[in-house]
Amino acid sequence: MLSTIHPSDDSGGASVTLTLQDEPDTLALGEIIGRSLEPGLQLWLQGNLGAGKTTLTRGMLRGLGHTQKVKSPTYTLIEPYLVSRLDFYHFDFYRFDSPDEYLDAGLDEYFTGQGVCVVEWPDKASPHLPQPDVEIHLSLVGEGRQATVTAKTATGQACLNRLVEQLNTRGSATRPA
Amino acid sequence: MKVLGIETSCDETGVAVYDTEAGLLSHRLHSQIELHAEYGGVVPELASRDHIRRLPLLIRQTLASAALEVGDIDGVAYTAGPGLAGALLVGASVAESFGLAADIPVLPVHHLEGHLLSPLLSADPPAFPFIALLVSGGHTQLMRVAGVGDYTLLGESLDDAAGEAFDKTAKLLGLGYPGGPQLARLAEQGQAGRFRLPRPMLHSHDLDFSFSGLKTAVLNVVSSEAWQPRDAADLAADFQQAVVEVLCAKALAAMKAAGLKTLVVAGGVGANRALRLQLDAATAKRGWRVHYPEPELCTDNGAMIAFAGGLRFAAGERPAQVPAVRVKPRWPLMELRPPQVA
Repeated sequence: MLSTIHPSDDSGGASVTLTLQDEPDTLALGEIIGRSLEPGLQLWLQGNLGAGKTTLTRGMLRGLGHTQKVKSPTYTLIEPYLVSRLDFYHFDFYRFDSPDEYLDAGLDEYFTGQGVCVVEWPDKASPHLPQPDVEIHLSLVGEGRQATVTAKTATGQACLNRLVEQLNTRGSATRPA
Repeated sequence: MKVLGIETSCDETGVAVYDTEAGLLSHRLHSQIELHAEYGGVVPELASRDHIRRLPLLIRQTLASAALEVGDIDGVAYTAGPGLAGALLVGASVAESFGLAADIPVLPVHHLEGHLLSPLLSADPPAFPFIALLVSGGHTQLMRVAGVGDYTLLGESLDDAAGEAFDKTAKLLGLGYPGGPQLARLAEQGQAGRFRLPRPMLHSHDLDFSFSGLKTAVLNVVSSEAWQPRDAADLAADFQQAVVEVLCAKALAAMKAAGLKTLVVAGGVGANRALRLQLDAATAKRGWRVHYPEPELCTDNGAMIAFAGGLRFAAGERPAQVPAVRVKPRWPLMELRPPQVA
């Protein structure tokens, strides 16, 4: 079950924190995020190895109607998808030793268009990477996960609003912090 | 016919010359270059556009070590995909330019076809048809190989590749990244059986794989309160055993389903000792055989590209189009066809 534990709009941007008990929960949140996306949106996924970043991305793609495989982009750096209504680029900069490799690989071209960019390990490409619209932190809590979704821009806020709206209609337990 | 092969699909810059009559004449990887000073310093391993800086010298060295001149080369083969667009474009541009300058034909080659066919370069090559298990940092696939350009995908990883699972689990155990080979060495000192790790998709009744959950299972063990770092070798042994067991079971299932007695293992994980031992034992019991590429040809290299191109040239295939730089970052192997005679 997905449960929202504290929607808040303090420092910097509004955020929602959710408890994810298992992989199906992570996929379910991903699907809701996927349905909240719009062209050009850039999302950063933060969290350690095994936190569920690729699983969350698989959920987003599923929410957009993609039913095929979603492979880890660790080796390829980028896995592109053309889903029903938008270009979706899944990045993973885990292997970078230096942020300059982001420029050397020519990946900056993807971030200036209308595609949705979902980035795992964005810090490995900073300071070259543009700031995101939405940032998602995943962390381990027992055998489950906790996800915090934070809006960083106005378009990110609109995305977060759509997400919260879906969470509410889904009837998930929303408890104030 | 002497074919120059160029591989730049990912991190490794590889160049080789394969002679369709005399075999492999020379092959070089960027990482084997002793003279870093010729580049004016240390070159980052991963920067794909650094292929530009590496290739001219690597080609000169490869030709020189086989005592060849540019004029001795009869054709060029290069990796046209799949891979990183920027990296592929470097190899494609150099290959097409070389062909134009030397007035020789240039063939695009599929990276995975290179891997699949690389065991044919060994002293005791397998005969078609065979089942191929391709296991590397970027791929985990089972294929039926009926001949050059005649491939059927039987199953593949739905998430992480086997080599990636090794590398990331090594990181979770504090071995650095990429630490797959170190993890395998640690596993040799451990005793499998203490930790109950899953065998993902072992009983899925298909030939697909999934290794992401195994990584998470290891994470749960090392982040539990009961975890003792001195148990790392045992956990490594359990992890390796889980991966090897699934790879082995699915490879044998593929052979059985296809009615084939020959298995070819390609890719970096194919060098894993535990995998080889278990595959050798399981196939020997049934009177089947496993072929591996020479250890130096397990990872990405130019030799496999020169060889795959050489086989296609020898069969009469010639470039279909006028010279142009074309790459296919996304290129399903199943789109390949047997050599087209011009």
